[in-house]
Amino acid sequence: MTVIQPTAGERFIRGILPENPVYRQLLGMCPTLAVTGAMQPAMTMAAATAFVLISANVMVSLIRRLLKPHLRILVFTLTIATFVTIADRLLAAYLYEMSKELGPYVPLIIVNCLIISRCEICSSKQGLFTAIADGVGMSLGFALALASIATVREILGSGTWFGLPLLPETWPGWGIMVLPPGAFLTLGLLLGIAEWIGQRRTSGVS
Amino acid sequence: MDEESKKRGHISQAWLVILLAVLYGGALAGVETTLGPRIKQNKKNETLSKVPQLVPEADREQTKELIVTSADGGQRTVYRALAADGETQQGWVLPAGGLGFADRIEVLIGLNTDASTITGLYVLDQKETPGLGNLIADEELFLHQFADRSTDRPLVVVKTAPDGPDQIRALSGATISSESVAKIVNEAVANFRQSLSREAATPSRKPEP
Repeated sequence: MTVIQPTAGERFIRGILPENPVYRQLLGMCPTLAVTGAMQPAMTMAAATAFVLISANVMVSLIRRLLKPHLRILVFTLTIATFVTIADRLLAAYLYEMSKELGPYVPLIIVNCLIISRCEICSSKQGLFTAIADGVGMSLGFALALASIATVREILGSGTWFGLPLLPETWPGWGIMVLPPGAFLTLGLLLGIAEWIGQRRTSGVS
Repeated sequence: MDEESKKRGHISQAWLVILLAVLYGGALAGVETTLGPRIKQNKKNETLSKVPQLVPEADREQTKELIVTSADGGQRTVYRALAADGETQQGWVLPAGGLGFADRIEVLIGLNTDASTITGLYVLDQKETPGLGNLIADEELFLHQFADRSTDRPLVVVKTAPDGPDQIRALSGATISSESVAKIVNEAVANFRQSLSREAATPSRKPEP
């Protein structure tokens, strides 16, 4: 029995919205909650995750015919860990302040289920081009999700966006939005909205 | 199955993992060789920028890097913190490190001129558990305790309210991280005091800045 796999274009589009890693698959919750207090760390995290995800997808896709089924998870983890270490060192060398701010969350990309799930679902089964398209689509979807949460939290919490003042000086800054509870509240509300829109769409179609 | 074919079986199963491990190891070594010096420089810049905070009235521009030989024969970098006039010594800044709960913890220890009192402590690098162990880098919660401590006796970490001049209160939920910091400080300070007294005994061997 052959399973028909999605094409590169489909993989790319699905990653952005229909199968958005955060809003539809609920993967990668640790960075989603932990580093979205402001746009700068959130986007750095999105870029680091994109680097690891795309690189791991390329690597796994290239060696997919050599994989032994029972050793595949080991190979995925090894590959991901290597690229995460490279990302961590690059940040420490070129974005030292940001690397200190993100702290342990950069090494924790290793355990981001989004990446291992893409290795398992797509790149270990499909060709290089599809794997790249999938990695880029999922990375964009992840970046979009982090950006949406960080935008709400930074504007309400500090009155700024990307460090630029956005709200008038008189804005008190809701401290709770920058703190962990703000992450859960924002994620919950945005998730609810995404789900609501999704349901309206499907009911509209049928 | 005899031993030989069993062995061949293992290799045929695992050769990809072994090959990848070697390849990735090489790649990481390459990355470390290329980026290592830059990361080191970043850390040094941060160290220098923290000198005025660690040693009162010290000037960043007047800080000199020295290499001292410790009692065990190892070479260590220390910073001699001078006042803005470039002559009066205000104290020392000691980079030190050791294993924490998760990964290496690197700290900077500020000492007065004769290394008898700790003037400040700063955590340069740590990857302890977020929300628990990483609070060791928090000045208000933890690090402030180290300032003005005498170095005559090693610091002891306690879980209750400290009642002695050598006691440091552990962070709740992060005893191992707290103890690691105290251990790093104790060892580095003891080591440095030994080198300092040896330098004093043989002034001709004093290293030049």
